[in-house]
Amino acid sequence: MTFELPLLILLVVTAAGAIMVKDLISAVFILGSYSFALALVWALLGAVDVAFVEAVVGAGLATVFFLLTLFGTNEKDTHIRRPPVPWTAIVGLPILGLLLLYGAGDLPAFGDANSPASIHISPFYLENSLEQTATPNVVTAVLMDYRSFDTFIETIVIFTAGIACALILRKGDS
Amino acid sequence: MIQPHDSVIVRTLGHIVIPVAQLFGVYVLVFGQHGPGGGFVGGVVLAASMILSILIFGINAPNSVLARKMLHGDGLGLLIFAGVGGLCLIGGGQFLNYSHLQIPSLDEASQHYVGILLTQLGVAVDVAVTGVSIAVSLSFNEDEISLDEVTHG
Repeated sequence: MTFELPLLILLVVTAAGAIMVKDLISAVFILGSYSFALALVWALLGAVDVAFVEAVVGAGLATVFFLLTLFGTNEKDTHIRRPPVPWTAIVGLPILGLLLLYGAGDLPAFGDANSPASIHISPFYLENSLEQTATPNVVTAVLMDYRSFDTFIETIVIFTAGIACALILRKGDS
Repeated sequence: MIQPHDSVIVRTLGHIVIPVAQLFGVYVLVFGQHGPGGGFVGGVVLAASMILSILIFGINAPNSVLARKMLHGDGLGLLIFAGVGGLCLIGGGQFLNYSHLQIPSLDEASQHYVGILLTQLGVAVDVAVTGVSIAVSLSFNEDEISLDEVTHG
């Protein structure tokens, strides 16, 4: 558990850096490193599948897409001028943060066996997925078998994204 | 359209890295039922290797022939996914209920295993094709060669 604090500091620093840096290309690279740190946090929490997706999509594919988009823009578009921060944000956001911290005190502890998330339906998956689907990885069994309709709709969303990009961006191609 | 990269270091590294990345993508896809990974991640790794090939060698190079061919596969992965669901319907069950996949000499759990593997393949194909397609769309420039020549030439 000694890794938690440095990782969280790294997360906060990279997130703040991605927002505050003036050059958008630098911001994209800092965002990639943020995704990588986030993947390490997921792996530390035991969510290896989520960590895998975060590392591959967040740090890999999204960075490439952002860069390809930025290469199609001008110099003056990638250097952004930021307006001064309004005083409502300076006063309001710390109050919101304090409220969130106050609310986080009532969340169940990490790994609590009696929390609502772990007593509803996940015991059923953990006990039955191996004999019902012959799949040792419970995450894959839930995603592709018990919740395959959700995955089907997700696949439709990805397909639609690709089609929409081609329709909007490939102009002059009869 | 993206011009080929002329650095010797980048091209040599591309020759080494791209096949390894593709092999790893297929491994993640097939091994997804026994370890971390699955169709989505495998598809993204495959797409990343194709995009790397496009960025390094250009889309008209012989090395990018797979990426060029994949542009024609829009919706193929979705068809595989929906096709497995349709096979379950034909077998007399609900859509995507793998217990009704009519595969002889397999018990129910193994039918679920085969169903999960096929749908993962569908997701991987869909994600890989979409990734390459979006990368090509983003780098598309109408002043240069039209995509028709690129994909059919």
